[in-house]
Amino acid sequence: MRQNNFGKMVLYAILTSYAIVTMIPFIWALSASFKPLGEILAGGLNFIPENFTFDNYTTIFTEQELFPRWLLNSVIVAVVGTALNLVFNSMAGYALARLSFPGKKALFITILAVLMIPAQVTMIPNFLILKELGWLNSYQGLIVPGMVNATFIFMMRQFFINFPREVEEAAAIDGLGRFGTFFRIVMPMAKPALAAQAIFVFMAFWNNFMAPLIIMTDASMYTLPVGLNAFQSDYATYWNYIMAASMVFTLPVLIIYMFFNRFFLKGLSFRGDK
Amino acid sequence: MAKRKYTKSQLREAGQGYLFMSPTILTLLVFLIGPIIFAVFLSFNRVQLLGDTSFTFAGFDNFSRMIEDDRAIIALKNTAVYVAVVVPVQTVLALVLAATLNAGMKGEKFFRIVYFLPTLTSSAVLVMIFMWMYRPDGFINTILGSVGLPTYNWINDPNIALISIMIMNIWATAPFFMVIYLAALQDIPESLYEAADLDGASGIQKFWYVTVPMLRPVTAFAVIMGIIGTFQLFDQSYMFSGGSGGPDNSTLTVVLLVYQYAFATYDQMGYAAALAVMLAIVILSATLIQRKLQKDEQVY
Repeated sequence: MRQNNFGKMVLYAILTSYAIVTMIPFIWALSASFKPLGEILAGGLNFIPENFTFDNYTTIFTEQELFPRWLLNSVIVAVVGTALNLVFNSMAGYALARLSFPGKKALFITILAVLMIPAQVTMIPNFLILKELGWLNSYQGLIVPGMVNATFIFMMRQFFINFPREVEEAAAIDGLGRFGTFFRIVMPMAKPALAAQAIFVFMAFWNNFMAPLIIMTDASMYTLPVGLNAFQSDYATYWNYIMAASMVFTLPVLIIYMFFNRFFLKGLSFRGDK
Repeated sequence: MAKRKYTKSQLREAGQGYLFMSPTILTLLVFLIGPIIFAVFLSFNRVQLLGDTSFTFAGFDNFSRMIEDDRAIIALKNTAVYVAVVVPVQTVLALVLAATLNAGMKGEKFFRIVYFLPTLTSSAVLVMIFMWMYRPDGFINTILGSVGLPTYNWINDPNIALISIMIMNIWATAPFFMVIYLAALQDIPESLYEAADLDGASGIQKFWYVTVPMLRPVTAFAVIMGIIGTFQLFDQSYMFSGGSGGPDNSTLTVVLLVYQYAFATYDQMGYAAALAVMLAIVILSATLIQRKLQKDEQVY
């Protein structure tokens, strides 16, 4: 037992030091976002700002005209994109799990195969297609190509396969049609699966760098990742603003994560078991 | 065509099925399957984008050009080195962290949340934070210098720049795989460890002879996901180098090169598509080989 205690101490030491290694960059960035530039450039390792200030935040929102716009663009793309994914992936997953129609198996196999194709292959053709559609530099150019996701169609199919049929039968007896049953009975009962999906899809839209970089040519249409990068090259020495912008950018995902933490890990372990 | 008889309700269900599938089918056709075919077509053509888009059949020119393209070879080499270092390191680190965390420790939840922060954070934010900490007089050099270790020009030294990105990405991704390992660890039956205890196995022996073999399917998943992810390195090298792949091409990756040819100059799309198709083939082969190896291993 004595020996066991020593072992535990070693384990805690490993865990704690890695936790510190993980957290330091964030705390350091957070602290810089409340420091005036002079204090940052003077160097030193003070995590608590000597001259605590909110100026960096007010400046990026008031004097940086484009920053609020980038935030808005990101919110629009991520929220609309996530909503569409939730509805469409669930519809597809449901059809693949429950309905019988010719070509179902071929479709399912296609969706599985598509999971393996790296995005780089479709990047250039998609750019040309969006150009033909006149969708470059538009919200729909970012949202529509990503409005379904093979991974989550697959996940929803697994979910609906295990979904109790009796519930649907009861709804049918109550006179609900297929669509009524789906949207009013089945979807509300799928909340945990939808929550896990929502987090992943939202994060994918929110954090995506490459697609907006290619599709958005006008600086006012940038989303936050591309905006932040442009910001960095324009204001390379203003680390106080860059860190404040980075924190604003990170906050929404953190909030969502805190809310849905449970579902998040469930979703992950589901993927791990696959 | 032979006519098959469908009942009315079967027909209705089929109609509903297609209706439910229609957004998916449409998106898959227009933005995924169509583009894949289009990409293969592009890779055999010279593409002119200025004015009216035009395509000229070029045979295998785009592919043979790669062999003489120094930057393509550098990009491939950088990417290969990156994959070969990052995948094993992040997988082992993830496994060790997960096993440590799973040893019945208090505060498991806290550590999980902390470790997960980098996974949640956008690559753009992580790059900004690290570029700032990597400055010559930045946080990391200050720490290294204060304990008497050598300092580096993390971003502008061609010998170090790619390593800087590796460190950042291992730090960011290992905890993601840790969570996956953690879920799998909890499924290993306690009886296996009890049996090992009876045989007098030490903690490290139990880890090596029980935990590691039981986790093999998850390791396969982590390695495949790792390979797919690392081969696609783009965001970090783009932002670190301001899009150039510098200093001295040291952070040039295959995807960054594809981007440069296709979108920075707009006149090499055919060649860029050929590079992208080659990359896809490499990724798919690596994935398949890994799967094959994994299956062989399970036979023993």
